[in-house]
Amino acid sequence: MELNSITYSKAKLRRRKFVNALMLSLCVVSALITIIPLIYIFFYTTGAGLSSLNLDFFTELPKPVGEEGGGMANAIVGTLILIGIGSVIGIPIGIMSGIYVAEYSKQLFANIIKFLTDVLTGIPSIIIGIFVYGIIVLPMKKFSALAGGVALGILMIPTITRITEEMFKLVPMSLREASLALGVSRWRTTVSIVLRTALSGIITGILLAIARAAGETAPLLFTAFGNSFWSSSLDEPISSIPVQIFNYAISPYEEWHNKAWAGAFILISLVFVINLIVRIITRQKYENTV
Amino acid sequence: MILKFNKSKSNQDIELKVKSRLPDIIFKNVTLIFAFIIIFLVLWIIYELYKDAEPSRDRFGWSFIFNEEWEPLKEKYGALTFIYGTVVSSIIALLISLPVSLGVAIFLSEIAHRYIKTTFSFLIEILAAIPSIIYGFWGIFVFATFMRNTVQPFLQSTLGFLPFFKGTNYGYGMLTAGIILAIMITPIITAISRDMLKAIPQSQREAAYALGATRWEAIKMALLNAKSGILGAVVLGLGRAIGETMAVTMVIGNRAQIKASILEPAYTMASVIANEFAEASGSLHISALIEVGLILFIVTFVINSFARLLIFSATRKYDVK
Repeated sequence: MELNSITYSKAKLRRRKFVNALMLSLCVVSALITIIPLIYIFFYTTGAGLSSLNLDFFTELPKPVGEEGGGMANAIVGTLILIGIGSVIGIPIGIMSGIYVAEYSKQLFANIIKFLTDVLTGIPSIIIGIFVYGIIVLPMKKFSALAGGVALGILMIPTITRITEEMFKLVPMSLREASLALGVSRWRTTVSIVLRTALSGIITGILLAIARAAGETAPLLFTAFGNSFWSSSLDEPISSIPVQIFNYAISPYEEWHNKAWAGAFILISLVFVINLIVRIITRQKYENTV
Repeated sequence: MILKFNKSKSNQDIELKVKSRLPDIIFKNVTLIFAFIIIFLVLWIIYELYKDAEPSRDRFGWSFIFNEEWEPLKEKYGALTFIYGTVVSSIIALLISLPVSLGVAIFLSEIAHRYIKTTFSFLIEILAAIPSIIYGFWGIFVFATFMRNTVQPFLQSTLGFLPFFKGTNYGYGMLTAGIILAIMITPIITAISRDMLKAIPQSQREAAYALGATRWEAIKMALLNAKSGILGAVVLGLGRAIGETMAVTMVIGNRAQIKASILEPAYTMASVIANEFAEASGSLHISALIEVGLILFIVTFVINSFARLLIFSATRKYDVK
């Protein structure tokens, strides 16, 4: 080899090393960039939310503009009611369909269900709002808590179906065989052995679905609508935290903005706590199995 | 032989002959009914949207998609401005999010130490879990102000000669919405790209190292091999961006216009539904909004199916999850 090609390759090597260092540091930088908005939103919401959060917020009704005080008690209760209705619809459908896919279904059917749950996850939540408007609000001729709850329930289904299926598949086949060998019937095996083993995983999925549903705004705008007063009947419009935040956020009043920040703080804490719980549960499970 | 068991298929092949099979049959069919509810639900949503959009479909036909006019008072409806707003804001989001997401995915799968990886993955999950209303609220009060006072004056003074950066500086507009959307879709693109990178066998990187490749060159190999899966992740992110409602509604300015400048306010399909549906004037207005929803549904459906197909075939290729 001539000297020429060696010096050339040295220069080339230097360039390659430089590109290597540059690209790797760009990756680290992009990781940091991603975290900045998260930290900013988290601390800003916490700061602005905590300063206007007090006991009244949890016990009082919203006050009209100009009046001091007031809270979001009806919206908090409203969100709980809506999630309750949503859970009644979403959890059974999610778990039972997940069981069918994991335990009984043929591969083709399983793939169809998998595809459709993906479709359901991908549908913009506002479309679910339109759908529920068509099937419940129009026939009843009014906005209602029921309609809002159904919308949230539909949004919860795909998450729960998928997590049930995945958790069922993690349960070792030997457990089922042991149960069947003892003469336990197939369905008792599924319910008392497999479901119980997979339960903690399924619960994490349900928690995540609830956290997502609690923050949903778009499907509630024209189903549950909103309400400035107490309402607990299912056929009346009902208030919810996210819709209340939206109405306050786009209003021009400082006082209402502060209330909205307090509501946002509650939502963000809920999301954070639920994700943390899920993380802890899944980590314990992971460590146990390994 | 009373127990027949074949692991390569699924669990369905376990057959057990017990005294009474009736409860088993009932249980199986009950779960089957619930599985059918999902199929039924998706079909029902499609049917309901199609049916409720009928007055508008009959009245405007295909011109609904190509017409810019949206005037409830004159009963004239066309969705072009909203389609434009949705497409452009989503593309801006994708252009910003793509390099960053890939960077984070590489960081998580190839570079980061185990503990940093766990913490970071958790933070990214949180970023994905923050409700869109909070992004919007933060967008109005913090981010739009920042855009108006800092970013957009800078863009106008440096690149102002381009038509994309002309016009009045409100702080609300296509670019602001695009950036907020980028923040929101980064977690999903990152998470799936990371899984796709992880699915590439380690031996491929080792082979690259053995040939004298630098770390980045080895990563580039892995990226090339994972490209169809990563494309799937990106398309999935696009689907999310197109359907995103609240955050965009709050920062895009909600003005039905088609302007070359990305600093100008615009309007998206999801936003117009969110803003006008509850107070729609008359049944034709509602029907037109539902047709906008129908278009939105079809677009997201096609995009998501394509994305899932890409991801599905990519995971099957390496058979690792």
